[in-house]
Amino acid sequence: MKFSTLAQLTELCEERQLRISEVMLEEQAAETGRSAQHEFQKMHEYYQIMKQAVEKGLTEDTTSRSGLTGKDAQRVMSYLSEQESCLGVEACETMAYALAVSEVNASMGRIIATPTAGSCGIIPGVFVRSQQRFQWSDEHMVMGLFSAGAIGFVIANNSFISGAEGGCQAEVGSAIAMAAGAMVELRGGTPAQAIHAVGLALKNSLGLICDPVGGLVEIPCIVRNGFGAVTALAAADMALAGVRSVIPSDEVVHVMLEVGSAMPEKHRETAKGGLAQTPTGKKIMDQLHQQRNGRKI
Amino acid sequence: MRFKDVFSIIGPAMIGPSSSHTAGAVRLGRTARQILGETPQKAAITFYGSFAETYQGHGTDYAIIGGLLDYETYDQQVASSMETARESGMEFTFIQGKGLYAHPNTVQLELFTETNQVKVIGSSIGGGTIEVNHIDDFDIRFSGSYPTLIIYHQDRPGMIVELSQMLLRENMNIGYMDVDRKGRSGEALTVIEVDSSISKSLIIEIGSISGVRKVKRVDLTEVH
Repeated sequence: MKFSTLAQLTELCEERQLRISEVMLEEQAAETGRSAQHEFQKMHEYYQIMKQAVEKGLTEDTTSRSGLTGKDAQRVMSYLSEQESCLGVEACETMAYALAVSEVNASMGRIIATPTAGSCGIIPGVFVRSQQRFQWSDEHMVMGLFSAGAIGFVIANNSFISGAEGGCQAEVGSAIAMAAGAMVELRGGTPAQAIHAVGLALKNSLGLICDPVGGLVEIPCIVRNGFGAVTALAAADMALAGVRSVIPSDEVVHVMLEVGSAMPEKHRETAKGGLAQTPTGKKIMDQLHQQRNGRKI
Repeated sequence: MRFKDVFSIIGPAMIGPSSSHTAGAVRLGRTARQILGETPQKAAITFYGSFAETYQGHGTDYAIIGGLLDYETYDQQVASSMETARESGMEFTFIQGKGLYAHPNTVQLELFTETNQVKVIGSSIGGGTIEVNHIDDFDIRFSGSYPTLIIYHQDRPGMIVELSQMLLRENMNIGYMDVDRKGRSGEALTVIEVDSSISKSLIIEIGSISGVRKVKRVDLTEVH
């Protein structure tokens, strides 16, 4: 890849007069030695899986194996059909779509890790609902995924994207930043605006710990995907309005690395701290162990 | 660069619930199985770090066994792999490891058949991307993101030249290479990541190079 920072990515776009997604697609084809069309097709298939996951989460039983979570997306949708929401229809449904995909993940359904499974609801939530709202083509959305991927590529190589390494900021935080930047491009913003959206979004999740109850990707992961999708829309709106990330986005990425590296192990996906170690979190963990031993697995 | 391309960020397509603990674990299991070259009859699986703490909750145990059965990360059969493996007579144990490890999500896989065995240590570094750091007491590293040759051979002058000439003749590009040896002129292991798929005939041909003891192929590239 010809870029390793967000600043380089913006420069490349400006030099070549291309969008972030177009640079990513060119670079991807160069990296793999396959045609851009082949790479586009693969991403197109991934987008179909994302749409299927949204659909599944909104219509099927998503009760997880543990029985702890499921059908919250459907709760939000039926609430919306009965009364006006606080967020407004579009944002509220974006939230529901994100919850839907994360619930499919927790119930061992098929998803695309974006960038991880724990954060797999945010991009499909933002993308699928926005596609309906703005009547965009699948091709437009697929290019949006290349844009999100370029942003994630820089974050992953300069910081981290896994909760075990850098806490939830690395997973959900990265996904929000990717969705926000991509959304700016999808709406016609400049590459520079998209990169500002990344910095704005990342700043809002710095320090977020990874503390899954019972070690499961359920509590609080699923609701954080719902919140994350709404935050991505907010960051995209700020950037499109001309709000800048005064601390350059690359520097914010490094702060995420610094904060994540300093995070104690108990707050990095080990279920040894945070929500996992509350009285209720511990009780749930004990029950899960009993269930499991009862099944003799 | 730990992450090589856009699909290491968007993707893989997978069965939930965790890319590090499920998809990455499937790929680590598959890698070890492919280095063994067949389905193991016995497996001792030692988890370290976050893997050790949360493997049951994340279904990492199902994922590793799914990998040992050579399943893809998006195969719905991952969800019932342990039952399938048991029915087919595979014996496996899970151990919570203690002590030093390379990364928070690390696993050691010791696989056995009656005539064959291998020990592989690897980590799941995020988003389903993996890193192998150890094979049969050799310290080598590779990512499994590309078709990979694993060559056990004697340490002697000219070995790398012969290997690379053979790849050149097939018009295969080497993306990454790593070598470790147990001592001068002793046992060595070479790992080569290439950009195109590796044919069976090439593996046989490499196996016939003087001093080459064993050649294995790891290929986790998704079929679409």
